[in-house]
Amino acid sequence: MTSVVNTRMDFDQALERFEPVLGLETHVELGTASKMFCSCATEFGGEPNTQVCPVCLGLPGSLPVVNAVAVESTIRMGLALHCDIASWCRFARKNYFYPDMPKDYQVSQYDEPLCTNGYLDVTVPTDDGPREFRVEIERVHMEEDTGKLTHSGGDTGRIHGADYSLVDYNRAGIPLIEIVTKPITGAGALAPVVARAYVAEVRDLMRALGVSDVRMDQGSLRCDVNVSLAPAGEPWGTRSETKNVNSLRSVERAVRFEIERQGAVLSEGGRIIQETRHFHEDTGETTPGRSKEQAEDYRYFPEPDLVPVAPSSEWIEELRTTLPEVPSVRRSRLQVEWGVSDLEMQTLVNAEALDLVEETIVAGVDQAAARKWWTGEFTRIANEQGVALADLGITSAHIARVESLIADGSLTDKLARQVFEGVVAGEGDPDSVIAGRGLAVVGDDSTLMAAIESALAEQPDVAEKIRSGKVQAAGAIVGAVMKTTKGQADAAKVRTLLLAHLGVEG
Amino acid sequence: MAQISREEVQHLAHLARLELTEEETAHYADQLSAIVEAVARVSDVAAQDIPPTSHPIPITNVYREDVAKPGLDRAELAAAAPSWEDDRFKVPRILGED
Amino acid sequence: MAPVMDGDLARQDAATMAAAMQGGEVTSVEVTQACLDRIDAVDGQVHAFLHVDRDAALETARGIDELRSTGAALGPLAGVPLALKDVLTMNGVPTTCGSRILEGWRPPYDSTVVERLRDAGVVILGKTNMDEFAMGSSTEHSAYGPTRNPWDLERIPGGSGGGSAAALAAFEAPLAIGTDTGGSIRQPAAVTGTVGVKPTYGGVSRYGLVALASSLDQAGPCARTVMDAALLHAVIAGHDPRDSTSIDAPVPDVVAAAKNADVRGMRIGLVRELGGEGYQEGVRQRFDEAVAILGDLGADVVEVSCPNFEYALAAYYLILPSEASSNLARFDGMRYGMRVGDDGQASVEEVMSQTREAGFGSEVKRRIMLGTYALSSGYYDAYYGQAQKVRTLITRDFAAAFDQADVLISPTAPTTAFRIGEKVDDPLAMYLNDIATIPVNLAGNCAMSIPIGLAPEDGLPVGLQIMAPALADDRLYRVGAALEQALVDKWGHELIEEVPAL
Repeated sequence: MTSVVNTRMDFDQALERFEPVLGLETHVELGTASKMFCSCATEFGGEPNTQVCPVCLGLPGSLPVVNAVAVESTIRMGLALHCDIASWCRFARKNYFYPDMPKDYQVSQYDEPLCTNGYLDVTVPTDDGPREFRVEIERVHMEEDTGKLTHSGGDTGRIHGADYSLVDYNRAGIPLIEIVTKPITGAGALAPVVARAYVAEVRDLMRALGVSDVRMDQGSLRCDVNVSLAPAGEPWGTRSETKNVNSLRSVERAVRFEIERQGAVLSEGGRIIQETRHFHEDTGETTPGRSKEQAEDYRYFPEPDLVPVAPSSEWIEELRTTLPEVPSVRRSRLQVEWGVSDLEMQTLVNAEALDLVEETIVAGVDQAAARKWWTGEFTRIANEQGVALADLGITSAHIARVESLIADGSLTDKLARQVFEGVVAGEGDPDSVIAGRGLAVVGDDSTLMAAIESALAEQPDVAEKIRSGKVQAAGAIVGAVMKTTKGQADAAKVRTLLLAHLGVEG
Repeated sequence: MAQISREEVQHLAHLARLELTEEETAHYADQLSAIVEAVARVSDVAAQDIPPTSHPIPITNVYREDVAKPGLDRAELAAAAPSWEDDRFKVPRILGED
Repeated sequence: MAPVMDGDLARQDAATMAAAMQGGEVTSVEVTQACLDRIDAVDGQVHAFLHVDRDAALETARGIDELRSTGAALGPLAGVPLALKDVLTMNGVPTTCGSRILEGWRPPYDSTVVERLRDAGVVILGKTNMDEFAMGSSTEHSAYGPTRNPWDLERIPGGSGGGSAAALAAFEAPLAIGTDTGGSIRQPAAVTGTVGVKPTYGGVSRYGLVALASSLDQAGPCARTVMDAALLHAVIAGHDPRDSTSIDAPVPDVVAAAKNADVRGMRIGLVRELGGEGYQEGVRQRFDEAVAILGDLGADVVEVSCPNFEYALAAYYLILPSEASSNLARFDGMRYGMRVGDDGQASVEEVMSQTREAGFGSEVKRRIMLGTYALSSGYYDAYYGQAQKVRTLITRDFAAAFDQADVLISPTAPTTAFRIGEKVDDPLAMYLNDIATIPVNLAGNCAMSIPIGLAPEDGLPVGLQIMAPALADDRLYRVGAALEQALVDKWGHELIEEVPAL
């Protein structure tokens, strides 16, 4: 750990004196089957150095060839972000030595990105209800990932103080898309939340496009967070760049922390150093890395081993037709269609249940029932088991089946919950669970009547009360019938049959 | 013009990861200065409106199908590596980073 | 019928060897053994080879002989031995690029050129010497010692592919592969009295060619006759999906063009800027004679001007070092090759710097630093950016010249072979060797060098360069074969027959 002590200023005080300006550079691994420039597999978690070839190892003589799907995915992302798509652009080499980079240059795009000038609208909750922010996009471009370093020796497992490092190049050459925002101003106290909402929206958009499954737990999304504070009346301050922040929560915390740190420095008459910083999950703080003042000279030049990317307008238009609805637009539409409140919508989003509910409705289930199942019972089970809602094993067809059984009186709500318990436990589809557990509602009138008559015989005093018009007393008989049928009867039906039998108006 | 100082040579050598000797530094400072002076004449001719050529033959849009194929045998990599440990390339410690 | 071959097997050209094998007069093993014996006999003096792959070569030859005995259809060069420049990878065979930094490295894969040679049944004898990472015009910059010119062992065989050219001139192999970034096939061909072709950029795959300057490099055929070069060209050329800059178009029929050998009615352009002052007297004399012969053969000789060629050398010595500085970054001692200074205490940066300092020779370091300088911020526009504009101007000059002529010609090199050591630490003087060959690399079109006689003042070979538009490689062979035939008729034998006995 570094010994630098960070002084912090109260967040609200900092915002009274300074206007935060944000810039976000988000790197996401694309979900292609093969790497950016070679045919090696991209699967996560492979044995070290088993998904490598002469190209991604940078062996002498090897040459790159661009993955068509990576270009297509980048264009689709650019279109979804309302960007202009370049009609002609080149890759460039970014030259610097680092052992995780097999060629000691990274193939990226420099002054000719594939997509430029777009925007993404994000919604953040405020005390006055949801507020929409437009985040402007500077550029979207393609590049290749680096290998993975493991630091050995020393006692921290960190790079600092390590005796040596080990390199696994399986990740080297995996396609990355980099999305760079223009400076985000005017967010004020909402800056940390806007940053988080933006990254979440980028993630959702990439998933909706199917260009990446964005496994943040596997480090497939990394964000560089630039923060500066502009003193009142001035447009800019000096920025810090916090590298490799890799969760939504960390993005929000890193922005908040930098506002507090920089506020303290500036208030004490200090000066912000333009530098790279690192965010620490454990403390929620950032610490300085390399100073940018010894500017790196990357000696960019057009990559001569690759030819220009020149997507035709026909191709771009064709890709445009494949775009799914933008997640924020879709949320607004569904909210109106389902007639739910902001709060209910937020619950659905937080539970990551939107897709599931929509599918369930498509399968023929009433929307209220669909929402109820997914945000109620299923969310509870998922939380209990620590699995994602989508991984419970419950399908929209299961829900449709159960709902139809409830509708025709074959299942009660309580029984239905037991059916889903069985589905989650792997006992098969709802019909198998019902058969296996013997869960059908006892619906046969003669069986029920026999149970009613025996209950009346056992409790003659109660029977008398009911006959005399004390309808409330019927509960005791219904309860007894439910007990003899082990709860598998429809209580309302028992009650109706009982009252009719005794000739009493219900 | 275009005199390249020893300090500049040292800086270039650092960027290029070459640990030059004092002698080499002095020698290269003179030679690079002479070469740079000779090649600087490219500025005499190339006007603003001339497009640069990065690729001699104008080809565009060369792509590969996104199909994964098996890579190299790890034992071969290990055999060629200067240092290897735990199925990975072993490299000296990395300084100058947190 | 007279035997196709008589005399020393190793002195025959590839087409003759192939015909003799097809006719059952000799076997590939015999031909291969003859070359290996010749290597044993003379390579101690010439030092054309860095590695002789004796057992594998004989094994391949045996395989071809067996195949032939079954009556299998074989390619025209099946069983013919070849010397491979040590800059192309060959699975399991040492590939050093003439550098210490790659000493002992055995690539785990074949270059596309090697793959095609194997498919054609060509017998690869071994790897030839070269200037380190192809940086040089004399093969003196090899970390493994210079190659000597068989015409005069005190002189350079040209470079960077001096090993391949010397192997041909010393009759160690009838065929060789070279690579040409600024003349590294043509200039060695010129000074050794052999034939060398730089195909159109993208005509031969660069996959497995260890890059010097990616936008200039091109592998090509080297031989003692134009027909042999054509046969080899046909084997190695053609589209390769592993090289993004490879041209996806049919290869021009170079073998038919070499057979055609007819220049009647062709317009041949003399490039005013490539000749005259700065060119050795004997070079000019032989060139003028060759021009007269072409006129006699029925070609229409015209003069053309390429005014921007005078800036080619400057542009080249910015573009090449820039790309090279990046291409050679990977030699850092982390994944393969040499590592120096790893004592458990030194940092990765120190180990990389010490490795590169120890592993690279002076010319490589000089060019890496020049390229680093040209690409660094603040200088990019003035140097690299401007050089790329010059490149456009040179391409335009060629386009205008090819409006007036079907091919252009010039001397290949300004001088005959110079003495070893004469220019080794005078980079600017050394760079001037490439003055006539560089424009073609910058524009990406194709060129050939063929021998046109010996300079009277020193008795050393002179080469003539033929340049054709991109994808018109066949024109080189048509003109080259016609001129070669006329000269052989005039001399009564091939020039290479005059090389002194070793």
